Amino acid sequence: MPKDSGIGASSKRREDVRFLTGKGNYTDDINVHGQTYVHFLRSDVAHGRINGIDSSAAAAMPGVVRIFTGADFEGVGGIPCGWQVTDRHGEPMQEPAHPVLAQGKARHVGDPIAAVVAETAEQARDAAAAIEVDMEELPAVIDMAAALADGSPKVHDDLTSNLCYDWGFVEENKEAVDEAIKGAHHVTTLELVNNRLIANPMEPRVALGDYNAGTDEHTLYTTSQNPHVIRLLMGAFVLGIPEHKLRVVAPDVGGGFGTKIFHYAEEAFCTFAAKAVGRPVKWTSSRSEAFMSDAHGRDHVTKIELAMDENGKFLAIRTDTMANMGAYLSTFAPSVPTWLHGTLMAGNYTTPLIYVNVKAVFTNTVPVDAYRGAGRPEATFQLERVVDKAAREMGIDPVELRRRNFIKPDQYPYATPVAVEYDTGNYDATMDKLLEISDHAGFAGRKAESAARGRLRGFGVCSYIEACGIAPSNLVGQLGARAGLYESATVRVNATGSISVMTGSHSHGQGHETTFPQVVAEMLGIDEAQIDIVHGDTSKVPMGMGTYGSRSLAVGGSAMVRATEKIINKAKKIASHLLEASEGDIELANGAFSVAGTDKSVAWGDVCLAAYVPHNYPLEDIEPGLEETAFYDPSNFTYPAGAYACEVEVDPDTGKVEIMSFAAADDFGNVINPMIVEGQVHGGLAQGIGQALLEAAVYDENGQLLSGSYMDYAMPRADDLPFYAVDHSCQTPCTHNPLGVKGCGEAGAIGSPPAVVNAVVDALADRGVTHIDMPLTPSRVWAAMNG
Amino acid sequence: MVEVSMTVNGKTVSGSVEGRTLLVQFLRDDLKLTGTHVGCDTSQCGACVVHVNGEAVKACTMLAGEADGAEIATIEGMANADGSLGTIQAAFQEHHGLQCGFCTPGMVMSAAALLKDNANPSETEIREYLEGNICRCTGYHNIVKAIQAAAANMTPMAAE
Ligand code: FES
Ligand code: FES
Repeated sequence: MPKDSGIGASSKRREDVRFLTGKGNYTDDINVHGQTYVHFLRSDVAHGRINGIDSSAAAAMPGVVRIFTGADFEGVGGIPCGWQVTDRHGEPMQEPAHPVLAQGKARHVGDPIAAVVAETAEQARDAAAAIEVDMEELPAVIDMAAALADGSPKVHDDLTSNLCYDWGFVEENKEAVDEAIKGAHHVTTLELVNNRLIANPMEPRVALGDYNAGTDEHTLYTTSQNPHVIRLLMGAFVLGIPEHKLRVVAPDVGGGFGTKIFHYAEEAFCTFAAKAVGRPVKWTSSRSEAFMSDAHGRDHVTKIELAMDENGKFLAIRTDTMANMGAYLSTFAPSVPTWLHGTLMAGNYTTPLIYVNVKAVFTNTVPVDAYRGAGRPEATFQLERVVDKAAREMGIDPVELRRRNFIKPDQYPYATPVAVEYDTGNYDATMDKLLEISDHAGFAGRKAESAARGRLRGFGVCSYIEACGIAPSNLVGQLGARAGLYESATVRVNATGSISVMTGSHSHGQGHETTFPQVVAEMLGIDEAQIDIVHGDTSKVPMGMGTYGSRSLAVGGSAMVRATEKIINKAKKIASHLLEASEGDIELANGAFSVAGTDKSVAWGDVCLAAYVPHNYPLEDIEPGLEETAFYDPSNFTYPAGAYACEVEVDPDTGKVEIMSFAAADDFGNVINPMIVEGQVHGGLAQGIGQALLEAAVYDENGQLLSGSYMDYAMPRADDLPFYAVDHSCQTPCTHNPLGVKGCGEAGAIGSPPAVVNAVVDALADRGVTHIDMPLTPSRVWAAMNG
Repeated sequence: MVEVSMTVNGKTVSGSVEGRTLLVQFLRDDLKLTGTHVGCDTSQCGACVVHVNGEAVKACTMLAGEADGAEIATIEGMANADGSLGTIQAAFQEHHGLQCGFCTPGMVMSAAALLKDNANPSETEIREYLEGNICRCTGYHNIVKAIQAAAANMTPMAAE
């Protein structure tokens, strides 16, 4: 029977009530007395030398408070990068400066050159249009291969080339992989593109800086997934503000998908300018600005080779990738094509030898960083495409080929040749479930029925694994992270028994305000409604690392469990005193402490009251109060895995692809709120299907972003998508965190692109099609079909 | 500056606006009705949908001056008189039709306009009607389910 509260219950989301009645508190809804507005003048060329800026006419326009240029930020720090990758030869990556406002050169369309602060947003915008920039346009480097060619113009004049790093992993395996590929029975080769995407959370970014001269305190309201990370990066590296004088608030945030992890120039600008002009400064991004200033995602060009023996057993994988960094290094950009990508190249399989090479490249485009899945979709896409192609070449059913190579349930913990150890899993079980919920057996009949209507039907599968619950700090530190990746929680029990949980995780749609209380309520045996979550404000919450990488419950939830355990321990001591029993005999059940084997008990609320009104209290043994903090640093990643299937129909006359059905069988370990988990999968699937069929960030050769609005960048709409069949009943709980949870936020976006492309290629296989690059637009599909 | 006056959620309001002020700016900045959102600048996303004289309108696509004398309904006016969630709102909560909540006011207002004209829409009709409302979080599955459920709940005692 489904539970109606606690762990495993589909509790309705409490945050919904404010969102459904227009009472959400998003950053743009916040206004501070006396605030001004900033408009950024952005480069309209991809690469240009700034020979001069004349803002005299603009400065005289109505309402203008002050105009800033790069010169105002001389001596101020640049936007830092949070991850240093070491290349194949042991050298650190090339790391360019990233000024808040452009200095000397503009390096992508959208690079901010000047900023006008004015009384109204309209006045700021009008005045920005009157600034004269003497810009000498330089040749732009857009294509990655061209950027690496000898003699290419350089994005950064002070670097030796446009190569950020040349990374090899695992370098010691390189020769053995080459040998294995040379001697193999069969090698399947595939060249593919992982298309550049724009995350497009529906809420555009906003930053509002405020400064209190009386106390020397700065406040930044910002659309962030991790306010403490912004406080650390901006305070310590850009503006030199100590953390106790800097408060960062990320209130309700309208979606993130990775692009709101990073520290952006506009945040530093508004914080800096608020002090400089002595008034609050607010920036609200337009969608057009978002397209050219939010970090983009993906953008890999890859060649992968898979070597097999005569039975289709995988012997070795070699993969070469060029990864676009854009014009500057965004916060976590270097880690995405390396440690979040190379380490996943084993997939669900026992391939013994793997070598991954990645060349990260600077171009005159918007910086590229993590987007839902981050590196893991790129790994999964190439692996699951090449496995599908191999199945066809070997004449083995694609499901059977996967099964022959799956890691089996008795092989855990399983150390891959790419440095990670999977703790648990069962890939045959999710595949079995997938074939059931996708009615694989009925496919032949449906295909015949489609054929009768002149349509080509295809069925595509994909297995995926991801590393989530990011991440063990000592491990990521060795890999170049300049931050720890633990999480924090404070459980504050109030005198009358209600509870506030301060968590370093941040909810921007994931429903933490509902899910987290379910866990605490279950542990204490009290009503969920007595528990509230506090998040998104560095002045209220202990230092936490925020939400990304499907880490909130696995890491933040674990911190909360640890803090709650401390609460229980202390409460038991208090109860033992009140009950005049020994502490070892105290049991907690259904919100009451009782003495084992007796009918003596004391209610939760009475223990809480005793802690704060310690009239009858063991003061000699323990302090008054009932509040505990825990920091949790995981010992390993978690490894959600599963199998996805897509069924498509292709119209041979137009090349249009229609998704007929989509099924997802996931193993997320234990599940706290099934309703929310399914919603996370739905959303991920839509984004993955969007990548496969619709979405592409496209630059022309001059570096103009052609897909710069919703009229040009095709976002999935309701009539592009079907109902999905999702299942998470195959559960192998994580072995190393207290909840046994693995994380579910990114899976849908990781497993769906290869399933869609495999389905379309299946539909067109009779016509000799072996691969089409995403997005599978009608024109691309038609061209592939018609040679 | 232009003087405008209109009825918003049953209350008469007035103000003076620039000729270029959009209805959505008037609602958000002047009336502080921040439930109506702005998600784009090309009239594509539907985060700003309100009702103007009973019709669903993208409030980023209409000047405040054009709404002079109109009856406007926004998300803030959609709850029942006692403050409890209206039928469509309740269905969105029940069926998890929202995650970050940013598209939600527009979705609810569009759904209300759809159900007013078509009390029992098919799945295809719902999906096609939502063409102008983008949600990046939910994959639409639960939004469509919520609207189907709201339609069923609104049908006046069809069975008995
Ligand atoms: S804000 Fe009106 S349609 Fe996007
Ligand atoms: S719920 Fe986030 S955009 Fe729809």
